[in-house]
Amino acid sequence: MIQRDNRTSAADAVASGPSRRRFLAAGAAVGAGAFAAGTAGVALDRQGALPGSPPPPDEAGTNGKRIVPFYGEHQAGIAARPGAFASLVALDLNSGVGRERLAAWMRLITDDAARLTQGSAALADVEPELAATPAGLTVTVGFGPGFVDRARGARPDWLAPLPAFGIDKLQDEWSGGDALLIVASDEPGTVAHALRMLLKDSRAFATLRWRQDGFRRAYGSDPHGMTMRNLFGQVDGTANPRPGTADFDTAVWARPDAPAWLQGGTSFVLRRIALDLDRWDSVDRVGRENTIGRRLADGSPLTGTHETDPLDLEAVDPHGLQVISSVAHVRRAHVTDPTKHIVRLGYNYEERPARGADTLSQTGLLFGTWQANVTEQFVPIQRALDEADLLNVWTTPIGSAVFAMPPGCAAGEYLGQALLEGPASG
Amino acid sequence: MSRAAFAAAKIPTRAAFAAAKIPTRAAFAAAKIPTRAALVAAIALTLAACSAGGDTKGSDSLTVTDAWAKAADSSMTAAFGEITNSSAHDITIVAASSPAATEVQMHEVVDSTMRKVDGGLVIPAGQTRRLQPGGFHLMFIGLTAPIKAGDVVSLTLTFDDDSQLTFTAVAKDFTGANESYDAGMSMSPSASMGG
Repeated sequence: MIQRDNRTSAADAVASGPSRRRFLAAGAAVGAGAFAAGTAGVALDRQGALPGSPPPPDEAGTNGKRIVPFYGEHQAGIAARPGAFASLVALDLNSGVGRERLAAWMRLITDDAARLTQGSAALADVEPELAATPAGLTVTVGFGPGFVDRARGARPDWLAPLPAFGIDKLQDEWSGGDALLIVASDEPGTVAHALRMLLKDSRAFATLRWRQDGFRRAYGSDPHGMTMRNLFGQVDGTANPRPGTADFDTAVWARPDAPAWLQGGTSFVLRRIALDLDRWDSVDRVGRENTIGRRLADGSPLTGTHETDPLDLEAVDPHGLQVISSVAHVRRAHVTDPTKHIVRLGYNYEERPARGADTLSQTGLLFGTWQANVTEQFVPIQRALDEADLLNVWTTPIGSAVFAMPPGCAAGEYLGQALLEGPASG
Repeated sequence: MSRAAFAAAKIPTRAAFAAAKIPTRAAFAAAKIPTRAALVAAIALTLAACSAGGDTKGSDSLTVTDAWAKAADSSMTAAFGEITNSSAHDITIVAASSPAATEVQMHEVVDSTMRKVDGGLVIPAGQTRRLQPGGFHLMFIGLTAPIKAGDVVSLTLTFDDDSQLTFTAVAKDFTGANESYDAGMSMSPSASMGG
């Protein structure tokens, strides 16, 4: 919420040219009898307030109180609209933490998440006021191979590091992990507070392995439901099945062949993909569009006119050349079988370059994907892209991790309960 | 939970928020488990109440929510939470105990120094008293074993009518609640609540 300080001073008077002009413009609108109609829905402090009358707070687009219900069949963060800001954190289990202690940890984490996502302070929360603005906060928990082994549960075949790909330049500091927390909200302060609370309650069980922070378009910048853009400027995520559709359910939720404890859950792959913006700068718009196979302006395929138009991979131009190149990203990533789809969760990242590095920034994409089965869905697509994709010239996977995402829970239950109280092997 | 019920629950209305808060708080909250003694007392009370006009015991009128304890390896620690008296008369907590400690005392913090609450802890009629770091708390003295984060600790309160209420508190790693303990009212050696 924006609250403009209305105090004036000589310095302000000098510097207030734009707001004086806005004030005069507003006055002109009043003179034309159009003030009420022309400014409906626009708060006064954007117009330049009358001297002496404090402007009402700008409440347009305020969404701090938005709640995503925590309890349910699935973890809420998987199908919810992604928060504008996210911290993804991997933890490694301390030695000696076994099945019983994992259950104690998950009870603590579940209770924290259940409270914080609903706008309530966690137990022992020393900054309870920071919990009052959830702004759609979600907390999503995942288990790496090490967690499932410590829990002595059945480990799906795919819960392991991905096969090596030729394009990979993986760094240990961005890869692997025994457990995952995804904390997302439209309010970055809320993400920071919730994550701190969760990490405080993880101290006895695990240590931080990596943390990756990312952002999408801020809440209110675009109409709800618009596809995000990555920092290459591309509309990114058009082909995603939408939550609430049969295609989403088919792609995401664990299938009958998954372990019993994972029913209602899914898997998550996180790839940290560095974007070489400095070299991408030298590619013109035609080259950029041919690389991806979509137009930059609206994300429409080069063979269509609207973002959601289906790709026409057979189309040829008057010279007989394919409109969508044989090595364009959309062609290589294209999947028609709904059981082979992945659902992407993308977050941009932008960090300072390493000291002394010959670049302007470290920029990239946190490329997260939900899928029922990593081996059957993620790996074939990644193989196709590994073999040929123009985009590979400017993109490099530098981190990789795979997690099983347990189902949601009901009040009185905790995340991972079916794993931690189910059949134990060994 | 059925898919339909979950879909219905997804609507983020104020009502849904309010409803969701109840199970949330219930997750670690303090189950109100009557002890055998309390049951006996309650039965006796019920019999008495038939002729006496329906007054109730402390154990029926008090609820403990959001109870938690500070994890500690040894020596001392403390438990916190909210105690609500739903009755029309004040109720005094005269004693507290836990299998996790040789002794549980009711303390308050005044000028950053803990001291025992003399005469018991009064929960006024219709009100909630918050036990929190820097204020009233239940002090565990002589831990019988380390209390680890995530452990569930049982506590029993005894009221001025001799009724009892047993509830559980979840242990959390907590950096605060280190007020020095003035066991006497003078310059005796101070101790911290572990940590």
